[in-house]
Amino acid sequence: MTWQGKVLRVNLSEGTHEIEPLNREWADLYLGERGLATKYLWENMDPKADPMGPDNVLIFATGPLTGTMSSTSGRYAVVTKGPLTGAIACSNSGGKFGADLKYAGYDLLIVEGRAPKPVYLHIVDESVEILPADDIWGSTVWNTEAWIKARHQNPRLKVASIGEAGEKGVLYACVVNDLHRAAGRSGVGAVMGSKNLKAVACHGTRGVRVEDPKRFMAAVKATHKLLAESEGRQDLTENGTDSMIDMMQEFGGLPTRNFQEVQFEGTDKLNPAAMQATKPNGHRNLVTNKACFGCTIACGRIAHIDKDHFTIVNRPEYRIASGGLEYETAYAFGPVVGIDDIDALTFASYLMNEHGMDPISFGGTLAAAMELFEMGVLSEKDTDGVPLNFGNAEALTVMAEKTGKGEGFGQVLGLGSKRMCEKYGHPELFMGVKGQEFAGYDSRALQGMGLGYATGNRGACHLKHDTFAEDMEDQTGKGKAKPCKESQDRTAMIDSTGLCLFTTAAWGVEEFCQQIDAACAGDWTPERLIEIGERVWNLERQFNLAAGLTAADDSLPKRLLEVPAPSGTAKGKVNELAKMLPEYYAERGWTAEGVPTNETLSRLRL
Amino acid sequence: MQKSLLIDPGKCTSCLQCELACSFEHEGAFSPAKSRIKIFEFGHGARAIPYTCTQCAEAWCMQVCPVEAITKNLTTGAMEVNEQVCVGCKVCTIACPFGTINYNRDTGKVVKCDLCGGDPKCAEACPTGAITYVDSDWTGYERMKAWAQTGQAPAA
Repeated sequence: MTWQGKVLRVNLSEGTHEIEPLNREWADLYLGERGLATKYLWENMDPKADPMGPDNVLIFATGPLTGTMSSTSGRYAVVTKGPLTGAIACSNSGGKFGADLKYAGYDLLIVEGRAPKPVYLHIVDESVEILPADDIWGSTVWNTEAWIKARHQNPRLKVASIGEAGEKGVLYACVVNDLHRAAGRSGVGAVMGSKNLKAVACHGTRGVRVEDPKRFMAAVKATHKLLAESEGRQDLTENGTDSMIDMMQEFGGLPTRNFQEVQFEGTDKLNPAAMQATKPNGHRNLVTNKACFGCTIACGRIAHIDKDHFTIVNRPEYRIASGGLEYETAYAFGPVVGIDDIDALTFASYLMNEHGMDPISFGGTLAAAMELFEMGVLSEKDTDGVPLNFGNAEALTVMAEKTGKGEGFGQVLGLGSKRMCEKYGHPELFMGVKGQEFAGYDSRALQGMGLGYATGNRGACHLKHDTFAEDMEDQTGKGKAKPCKESQDRTAMIDSTGLCLFTTAAWGVEEFCQQIDAACAGDWTPERLIEIGERVWNLERQFNLAAGLTAADDSLPKRLLEVPAPSGTAKGKVNELAKMLPEYYAERGWTAEGVPTNETLSRLRL
Repeated sequence: MQKSLLIDPGKCTSCLQCELACSFEHEGAFSPAKSRIKIFEFGHGARAIPYTCTQCAEAWCMQVCPVEAITKNLTTGAMEVNEQVCVGCKVCTIACPFGTINYNRDTGKVVKCDLCGGDPKCAEACPTGAITYVDSDWTGYERMKAWAQTGQAPAA
C-alpha cells in the first residue's frame, strides 16, 4: 500500500522496457524517492562509470507519500551519477509530473543505456512507448511540452524534459517539468541528454491507496492545520523564498560579486517588496503565487517582465507570465553577479526554464567569469564582444541564452565554474564544492552552512542540511558538527518521503512519521525514519568513495577559509572548517579519512 | 437551507487538494483522474480555475436520462446518479452544456458531483477558500459587499 509496488525499467540501447516488482525489502530500508533511488543506483551501476556514458543509470523516483493528500505530495527525485561533480547526483522537483508517474503505477522509472537516436517516453498507465524525438530535438522545454501534448491529443500528460542545454551537455543542465519546476542541480539534465532522451511524458489513472485511510486522513487534517497556522508558511505563501534576500543582506551572509563581498547594495530592488511594487507605468513583477501538486503552501511565484524592458522589446513570445524569481535565482542572477535589474533577472530565469539549466550554477559560473574579466584574464575577444563586468544586466541575459544554445563563450560557461577557472589558470576563483557552485549563503557568516556545503554528497548545496538556527546564534565553528549531521539525516529522510522540505516550516519528524505510519504497511517510528536518513546519507557517501572521491573533496575555497568577511555580522571572520570537519567525521562514525567504519556500516545494515 | 459550492478562481493556487479529496471520498483512492471537480490551468499557471457541476434546477442530464437514473436530492439540491439504474448510455454527457457529467470506463456508469451528501470534501480541503459551501440564495453576497464597499463614502 501507498507504494505502487512496480518499477518501470527502460533500456534505451535495446529499445525495450519491462515492469518489475518493487523490492519491498529495500523500500522498508530506504523508504522511497531519494533513498530508494540511491539503493537502486548502487545496485545497478558501477560508481566509476562515465557519468555521460551509456553505463550511467538515470532514475526518476517517487516516494510513498507522492500523490497522496499529504501537503506538498508532488515531489519526485532524479538520481544518477552527476557530470558536474563526478559524485552521486540527487535533484528533486515539485510541479505535477511526479504524482502522475506514481498514478501511472510506478514507484521508480529506471533508464539505462543510450538510445541510438533521440527519443522520448510516452507512458499512460501500463502503456509504455519509446518514440522518436527527431521533431523536438533542439526544441526548448516549453515547445517540447506543447508539441508532445498536441501530438498525443492529451492535455493531461505531464512532461519532464530537457532543453538544448541538456542535449549539448551543459554540465549543469537540469530536467524541467510542468514548464517551470526543475530537478535543478548537478547536471541530471546533461545525463538525460547523453542518453538521447528528450522527455518523459506521463499520465496515470491508477490512483494511490494508503494502508489505513482513516488514520491517514486524521494525520493529514492535523498536519495541514499546523502548516496553515505557521508563520514560516505564511511568509512563504506571501513572499516566496525571496524573503531570504533581506535576511542575508542584514546578516551579511549574502555572497556578492563572486564572494568578494557579503552584502549587496541592490537588494531592495530584488526583494519581495520590489517584486510586489507597482511601477509608475502600472507594471508589477509578481502576478500571483502558485502551488505544486498537493501543496498547501504555494510558495511558487508567477511573474512577468515589463513590456518595455530591453530583454523582451523584440521578443513577443516572452510577454507572458511564467515562473518568477525564487531566492536562489534572485541571488545567482543578482548579488553574486552584482546585478539589480529585476526584469533582467526574471528574463534570465525564463531562459533557464526554456533551455533547462540550473540558475545557481549558471550564476556562479558567470560570477567567476566576471571576476576573470575584471582582472583582465578574459577580454571582450574571449567573450564574443560582451563586456562581462559585474552589474551588466545585458551580459547576464545574453550569456544565459548563449549558454543554453551552446554558442560562443556560452560553451565555456557551460563547463561550470570549476572547469572554467582551471582553464584560465585561476582555480582559486571557483566558489563551490566538488565542482558544484554554492547557493546563496556565505559560510563565513554561516559556519554550519560551510560544513554542510563541504560534506555535501552532491557538492555544495543548501538543501541537504539545516543549521540555520545554530548559525544565527553563534558565528564560530563550535557545536556545528552534531546539528549538521543530524539535519543531514533528517533531510535525507524527508527527501525520501515524496514531500517537500518547506513543510519543515511547521513539521518535525513526528509529523512526517504520523503520515508515513498511517500510509505505509508496518510499524514506523521517528527513530526508524531518522535511521533511514542516516542510512541514505552513508550509502551516498559509499557511492562517492567508490567513484573515487576522498576526504580532500570535503573542502571549501581558500577565499572562505583565509579571506575574512569584509562586512556584516561576521566581519573579520573566516570559516572554521578545519575545526568542524574532524568533529563531524567522529559524529558520523567515520574514520579521520572520512570513511564509514565497519561498525557504522553494519549498524546501518549497509 | 440549501447550499451551493461557491468558486472564487482568484484564490485558486492549483494545488489539487480538492481533486484529491473528491477522488478519495468517491473512490477510496487519491486519483485526480477520477475527480468530479477539475482544476484548469491557463498559460503557465497564472490562472487556475476550479470547475464542477453547478446542480442546475432543471437539470438537462436528469431530463434526458432514459432510465431515470438521475434524481434530485431534495435535501442538498444535488442531482445524483443512481449507479444501480444507470446503463452507461452517456446521453447525459451530451446533454450537459458544461461537461460536468462524465463516463467512467472502469465502472461503465456516469459520475458527477453529488455535493458529498451535503458535506463537500473539496470545500473542506481547499486551503485558500477558493471553494466554499454557502447559502444557495446568497452566493453573490460577498461579491455584492465588495462592490458596495467600492462606492462607500469616506467616513465622516
